[in-house]
Amino acid sequence: MTTESEENQGDEMEATTSKGSLSEIAAARTQKQPGSNALGVGLEARGVHAWFGEKHALANVSLDFWPGTVTALIGPSGCGKSTFIRTLNRMHEFIPTAAMAGEVLLNGEDIYAAGVDVTKIRLKVGMVFQKPNPFPSMTIAENVLAGLKLAQLKIENKDDLLEECLERAGLWAEVKDRLNTHGGALSGGQQQRLCIARALAVRPQVLLMDEPCSALDPGSTLRIEETISQLSSSVTIVIVTHNMQQAARVSDYTAFFLSDGGPGQMIEVGSTNDIFSRPKDERTENYVTGRFG
Amino acid sequence: MTSTLTQTPPAIPEKREITTKPRLTDRIFRGVVTTGGLSSLVILGLILIFLLFNGYNTLKVQGIHFLTSSSWQAVTNDAGTFDPKASHFGIAAMLIGTLLVAVIAVVVGVPISVGAAIYLTFYAPEFIKKIMVSAIDLMAAFPSVLFGLWGFFVLESSGEYWAKLLNKYLSWIPFFKLPAPYVTRSPFIAGLVLAVMIIPIVTSISREIFSQTPLDRMQAAYALGGTRFAMLRAVAFPYARSGIVGGVMLGLGRAMGETVAVYTVLNIVYQVNWHILFSAGGNVASMILLKFGEASPNEIKALMAAGLVLFVLTLIVNSLANIIVSRTGKSGR
Repeated sequence: MTTESEENQGDEMEATTSKGSLSEIAAARTQKQPGSNALGVGLEARGVHAWFGEKHALANVSLDFWPGTVTALIGPSGCGKSTFIRTLNRMHEFIPTAAMAGEVLLNGEDIYAAGVDVTKIRLKVGMVFQKPNPFPSMTIAENVLAGLKLAQLKIENKDDLLEECLERAGLWAEVKDRLNTHGGALSGGQQQRLCIARALAVRPQVLLMDEPCSALDPGSTLRIEETISQLSSSVTIVIVTHNMQQAARVSDYTAFFLSDGGPGQMIEVGSTNDIFSRPKDERTENYVTGRFG
Repeated sequence: MTSTLTQTPPAIPEKREITTKPRLTDRIFRGVVTTGGLSSLVILGLILIFLLFNGYNTLKVQGIHFLTSSSWQAVTNDAGTFDPKASHFGIAAMLIGTLLVAVIAVVVGVPISVGAAIYLTFYAPEFIKKIMVSAIDLMAAFPSVLFGLWGFFVLESSGEYWAKLLNKYLSWIPFFKLPAPYVTRSPFIAGLVLAVMIIPIVTSISREIFSQTPLDRMQAAYALGGTRFAMLRAVAFPYARSGIVGGVMLGLGRAMGETVAVYTVLNIVYQVNWHILFSAGGNVASMILLKFGEASPNEIKALMAAGLVLFVLTLIVNSLANIIVSRTGKSGR
């Protein structure tokens, strides 16, 4: 993380946890120290720009994602945060006329380099989408294991993996008796957790979540947030969210994106605590205190 | 009203009838679309009645032989009038020919069509896609006699080579045997012509369905490290399957009812022929065309009966296909 001021995180732990302001929610969360790993590990964006046709949608974003952390991307609609997250596993290029510049390094290697097998990148950098999108022709079990089939991975014990992934996604207890029924019969929140389980089954190093809770009710949102917290020890998570409480609750780091009519830019990044309690940029402060956006 | 609480439970009221009084404009529009919707059913029913009315007598006299025999003789007695008892009408050869030629058309045409639809939807660059889509639509509107002529003059000669090749290597399968070395004007060639004719229909419908594959599911497949082929198998095919079957049914219907092209290409012979490479065959529709010009009024009634059988056969095949599609379930929609 290209950020400073991690020294006083310990103190923040003692802050009162009376429910209320975003800074208090953020402070109540156990802050992780950033990984001590040198760069070359994890996911790093270097000077990323993105275009749709002639429209410059995103300008010069450099951001590091340390292993085992949760990074939230916040900002008003149209600020380029979803565009940015989609450049991180090369989903950006599926939009016709889409273009990008800069580098995205996964474990030090540029994922946009010539000769890179993009399907291997997407196995390492998984994604959960805004709308739950299980495969309706497949059963719950088949959905979870769909990634193995799609990527033609062989595995010894499918049942163990199935249980493990559903367990990690917080869905096992609810579906263990109906693994062979179709996923479409689940509720929206269950479907989204099924999609998380599906993404986990290929053992990604990074999990990108593009507003994973925006189509869900508060109860399901809470379950997903618990899931994120449990996952964060083993998977690097990048989450786009419109919900600042959510960012405060689940993330270690927060990056604020904004477009002033031109391309979206990253205004500020820091520990979630700092962003919500003492942002350095006035625009960030205006946004997190609800003055606009 | 009573004031105590320990009274009989409140009576459950009668269910209310809920009605709406539509506006006049709504009623008029409803009438117009209902007329449109029912008219196709009415026309179909009228055709069925017409065929039944005219063909019933032949079917009654000939009985099951109409379906199982292959002779076609209108006998006139000494007085010069039509003798229904002595006449023999049977369309077994034509029925088998109909199915044979249609199946060849589907077996050859559908893989090409689905392949073309996949290419156009998922692989083709935009400008090629535009050109090909209009070319295919044009092909669908092409008069069938032109396909027949093309089949007769062009496909015949190249098809001969293919027929001989198939016979050489696959003659252990009964269908590919040759009772005599005549391979021109065979059901195989007619089937190829019909395949070319149904390709535009099946391609067009399949392409339409494929292009509606939900983007979020495709992205899910890609995000899991799927290749485009893996995505097609996991997402696009399950989604499009029932629509493609519908397209194939339309193609099959056209192939079974096709008249002029088969008439032009095929050597119509009144003999049951299962050997698709052999120069003999026919289908019901082309037989009707062949006989119609010189038929006596009573023979025409027999042709009507043949038409009725074709009608019913098409109905049966379509219903069977529908049942198969709904039974195999697991819809990807």
